Amino acid sequence: MIIAPDPAGRTTEHLGRGPLSRDELAAVVARDIPRGSFVNLGIGQPTMVADHLPADAGVVLHTENGMLGMGPAADGDEIDHDLVNAGKIPVTELPGASYFHHADSFAMMRGGHLDVCVLGAFQVSERGDLANWHTGAPGAIPAVGGAMDLATGAKDVFVMMTLFSKDGTPKLVPECTYPLTGLACVSRLYTDLAVFRITPDGVTVVETYGTTVRELASRLDVALRTLDDD
Amino acid sequence: MTAVLGDPDEALAGIADGSTVLISGFGMAGMPVRLIDALIRQGAADLTVVCNNAGNGDTGLAALLAAGRVRKVICSFPRQSDSWVFDGLYLAGKVELEVVPQGTLAERMRAAGAGIGAFYCPTGVGTPLADGKETRTIDGRDYVLEYPIKGDVALIGAHIGDRMGNLVYRKTARNFGPVMATAATLTIAQVRRVVETGELDPEAVVTPSIYVDRILDLSEAEAAP
Repeated sequence: MIIAPDPAGRTTEHLGRGPLSRDELAAVVARDIPRGSFVNLGIGQPTMVADHLPADAGVVLHTENGMLGMGPAADGDEIDHDLVNAGKIPVTELPGASYFHHADSFAMMRGGHLDVCVLGAFQVSERGDLANWHTGAPGAIPAVGGAMDLATGAKDVFVMMTLFSKDGTPKLVPECTYPLTGLACVSRLYTDLAVFRITPDGVTVVETYGTTVRELASRLDVALRTLDDD
Repeated sequence: MTAVLGDPDEALAGIADGSTVLISGFGMAGMPVRLIDALIRQGAADLTVVCNNAGNGDTGLAALLAAGRVRKVICSFPRQSDSWVFDGLYLAGKVELEVVPQGTLAERMRAAGAGIGAFYCPTGVGTPLADGKETRTIDGRDYVLEYPIKGDVALIGAHIGDRMGNLVYRKTARNFGPVMATAATLTIAQVRRVVETGELDPEAVVTPSIYVDRILDLSEAEAAP
């Protein structure tokens, strides 16, 4: 199911429905990935986006461990332990795939050749700062992987997360309190309750799901604009 | 001249205590498990290990860690669902950890192999991983100064080698192998089989023989009694 944005380009409140499910959220992210893009999907929830990319969209998936043209997860006889994704899960290759070593794979990111990456997050700030690699909690073992390289290198960084943590604390914040992954790098934020654009001018609500801009504004400590303001 | 060997212990002879050891692999793909097993038997201790992950399960790098041979791990992603050996040692304060963004880890080794003294990298600017590092603004963008990581030894998991020492890899098991092979004083590769010189397509060689000192031929090692 694809939820269409407003054709007139105004902020849309999708009412009479609940928040987006994880699967619907992945579909909304997939909807916004331009045809023919080179895209990296982060570990975890972002990998679900691949299930919603139409085969004719010409999107080429990059995996940080050295491959363009990654196909779906491998099954049964297809499983080959030399062919895994960033989450170490066996995957398949599509026609036109290529392999390269790690320094090339990350040069591809850092050099600005990737169009879009989709990442999860603990927090995103109103300036687009991203915190997604480390809780900073005592005893937590820090592990960054390719998160900083992707956040810094991809032309567009899309983040998928719930807008509030389980205890109701907003994850879109004036200032990240978790250790940062990258500064002013997030351009779009996809959440269960709303889709946002983030620019140096601030945060703009593109769509809401099962809630209104006014209600979100009352729950977030961040100034929200709408497309109608732009 | 590359030595082609069938005995893992011969392949790992002469590794000194205190060495920096680069180990290829992303998870288990491209992990040179037979070479690591031989390194454990060889006995070198007080090692600094550079690897993307800090071991999976109980074999390979995890076994080297469990044997207490590793003083420090330099990696991008130690924490995994099956990294219990590292997790236990780290939380007990028995191993040091330097976390490096994955692309910076690869590029620091590339720099070592390519004779680059240091480089300015945009990754990590404004984050805790840039703390204490020199930064510089170039053409309006901020960068962090990063230094090379040079290995005393590189242990590489490749697919096929020839008698000259040329290597080809297979699919995503290539990962850090080609970069690490350039960045160490002594590069040792394990390959699934060795072919005669001339049998590999020169256009398809990924690691040229100049970087490879010893090859362990697994087909011969498996066949050995």
